[in-house]
Amino acid sequence: MRKGRCVGSVVVAAMMMLWATSATARDQIRIVGSSTVYPFSTVVAEEFGRTTSFKTPIVESTGTGGGMKLFCGGVGEDHADISNASRRIKLSEVELCASNGVTDITEVMIGFDGIVLASSTKAKPTALTLRHIFLALAKEIPAPNGDLVPNPNQTWRDVDPSLPDVKIEVLGPPPTSGTRDAFNELALEGGCKTFPGLEALKEVDKNAYRATCRSVREDGAYIEAGENDNLIVQKLSANPNALGVFGYSFLDQNADTVQGNTVDGVAPSFENIASGAYPISRSLYIYIKNAHATSIPGIREFTAEFTSEKAYGEYGYLADKGLIPAPKNQRDKYRADALGSKQLRLAAQD
Amino acid sequence: MTEPSVASASRWSSPALQARLRRRHRSECVFRWVGIGAIASAVAVLALLLGSIATNGVSAFRQTQVRLDILFDRDVIGDLTALPTVEREDAIRRADFGALIRGALSARFPDVKSRSGVRALQSLTSAGARSQVRDMLLADHNLVGRTVATWVPADDEVDLLQKGTTTRDLPESARRLTDAQIGWIDGLDDEGRIRTTFNTLFFTSGDSREPELAGIYGAVTGSFLTLIVTLALAFPLGVAAAVHLEEFAPKSRWTTVIEVNINNLAAVPSIVFGLLGLAVFLGFLHMPRSAPIVGGATLGLMTLPTIIIVARAAIRAVPPSIREAARGLGASPLQVVAHHVLPLAMPGILTGTIIGMARALGETAPLLMIGMVAFIVDVPGSFTDAATALPVQVFLWADSPERGFIEKTSGAILVLLAFLVLMNAAAIGLRQKLETRW
Repeated sequence: MRKGRCVGSVVVAAMMMLWATSATARDQIRIVGSSTVYPFSTVVAEEFGRTTSFKTPIVESTGTGGGMKLFCGGVGEDHADISNASRRIKLSEVELCASNGVTDITEVMIGFDGIVLASSTKAKPTALTLRHIFLALAKEIPAPNGDLVPNPNQTWRDVDPSLPDVKIEVLGPPPTSGTRDAFNELALEGGCKTFPGLEALKEVDKNAYRATCRSVREDGAYIEAGENDNLIVQKLSANPNALGVFGYSFLDQNADTVQGNTVDGVAPSFENIASGAYPISRSLYIYIKNAHATSIPGIREFTAEFTSEKAYGEYGYLADKGLIPAPKNQRDKYRADALGSKQLRLAAQD
Repeated sequence: MTEPSVASASRWSSPALQARLRRRHRSECVFRWVGIGAIASAVAVLALLLGSIATNGVSAFRQTQVRLDILFDRDVIGDLTALPTVEREDAIRRADFGALIRGALSARFPDVKSRSGVRALQSLTSAGARSQVRDMLLADHNLVGRTVATWVPADDEVDLLQKGTTTRDLPESARRLTDAQIGWIDGLDDEGRIRTTFNTLFFTSGDSREPELAGIYGAVTGSFLTLIVTLALAFPLGVAAAVHLEEFAPKSRWTTVIEVNINNLAAVPSIVFGLLGLAVFLGFLHMPRSAPIVGGATLGLMTLPTIIIVARAAIRAVPPSIREAARGLGASPLQVVAHHVLPLAMPGILTGTIIGMARALGETAPLLMIGMVAFIVDVPGSFTDAATALPVQVFLWADSPERGFIEKTSGAILVLLAFLVLMNAAAIGLRQKLETRW
């Protein structure tokens, strides 16, 4: 009898704890995804919370891939409403979403991010090309006879006689980072394409081409400096010979200590990235789960705020934070998509 | 009787032994200095760490403000008296308070006419100035039509300039502030319209993407709520498990297996507990993401083995004579534990618990998995509200591009260290006050 009552009270206490946690309905937007988009999403979230009667959305920085997994987990309060992405959603992710009932997604391209190769302001600026970057950082490069050899270049002068005679030292993000993916794809592969032999390989063996054109050398010339871009900025000031790879917003905020090097003759400036002249830039996206628009308050209003001219426009507050706005016609298109909850179609997928 | 002493005296004075003695003294001396050197280098490293954090961080506790004469313009706000009381608040929320701040600045600098000039002028004040002016009007609707002088937070760039973190001698292109803006700041400063004062916002507001508005109150509250859950879960369970294992459980193969497992659990990396929390609390029990109750439960699981181990050691330290005396006087096993063993073991248990809690306070890895590493502006009000924790706030700020967050990061570290020192001091105090010696 006494023992029974004792066990009973323990069970009741445990059940009350569970009940207390599951009773409340969610009234706050939840955003997950890319750490590159995080600085922009959070600014919009804060402004949205400040100027409307809705609660400030919660923004988690999980990385693009991790965010897509959470976003595509299903429909309902337990799952995120909006996903930030520093690349376009993949076919496999759309399929994952669909298999969990997330079929109605709206895609909004919010602007561009330039990836800069910066050095300390104490160093002399170097004029790089994509070909230089490939020759300096790729794991294997074509020898004069066309065969692939492990990258023998130790100094920038080995890469090109016009470059200074200093050791190749590039601090950049680790492979888990979306910035690294974009750097490999845009900078390394861009330089790789300048070799006709490798371009021809693409037709023959796509996988071998990718492996060659997107692999970074692992002999210490490329130094993985972690996800924290501030750290790279600090290390650059300490080592004027090194180059750092990070997003444009960090260059923008630290213009007194670091400078961006030109790539293919184009400086990584706001105007050059916006016009597309700067070769290493990528689009940033947010994906909205339309099934939640009725159950979670404020999603429509939030996307309206995000796509308003005062946010992602040419002189919007996101531009102050380092986001490079998309051209006017694209902004108008994506604003219309967002307001009309246009469903993402896969046909556009490349 | 005298023979041996003479013999030994002669032996001690022999040159070979003298040399050996010198060698022994020398190695003794070297050994002592190696020890002192080790401590000195540890202290030096610690001082360097604390010194750099403190020098970076103290400026976070100060904030630059600008005094503006805000005219609550009827043309901007609209006529509130014409509206019924219930609609006034909505009308105020809709009003463009940026226009009021622009108006106040334009009145001071009438020469600035161009659109970009006015924008540059407005960017001297923080985005928080708008909400501050709005809150003034919400508190007193009768302000419409009147001019009120008020201190509003300055933009983080102005703040850094006034604190001397950014220098003026750089070329204009390398600076975040233009020459014109610096001229305006100096103009305002000469009039006494700029002051640097104690940063109350840092202690009273939640996170923000504007360094001048960012505060640690949300993170401190989140940490507090999380630790309450951790304590409520881990302490009773840990003590109960320890009492059972020490006092009641038979010494069998099973208890040995359990004991070994508990010791192993205490050494498991904390991220593993985060994954467990993700799978059990979020995946299986569908508890809300980012909530202190989930974070607390996860950290509770992490702290539990530590508390069990400490509590067992404390209980074992209570002499058996106490138990035997109590049993001899007719106390039941429960009375022996509740009236004698536990009170005597409590100082040790509490010390261990506080140290376990201090470790939980500094933990970020498990919180990452359950969504507490997030941008959360609203200060959490309950165990199920989304919240973050102090070390997480440090991590998030350290990753932000804005220069102003460097000092905020160090400031938050100082606050975290203060809490840790307080908790450890409480542990030492408790031990000295309550400890019984046998």
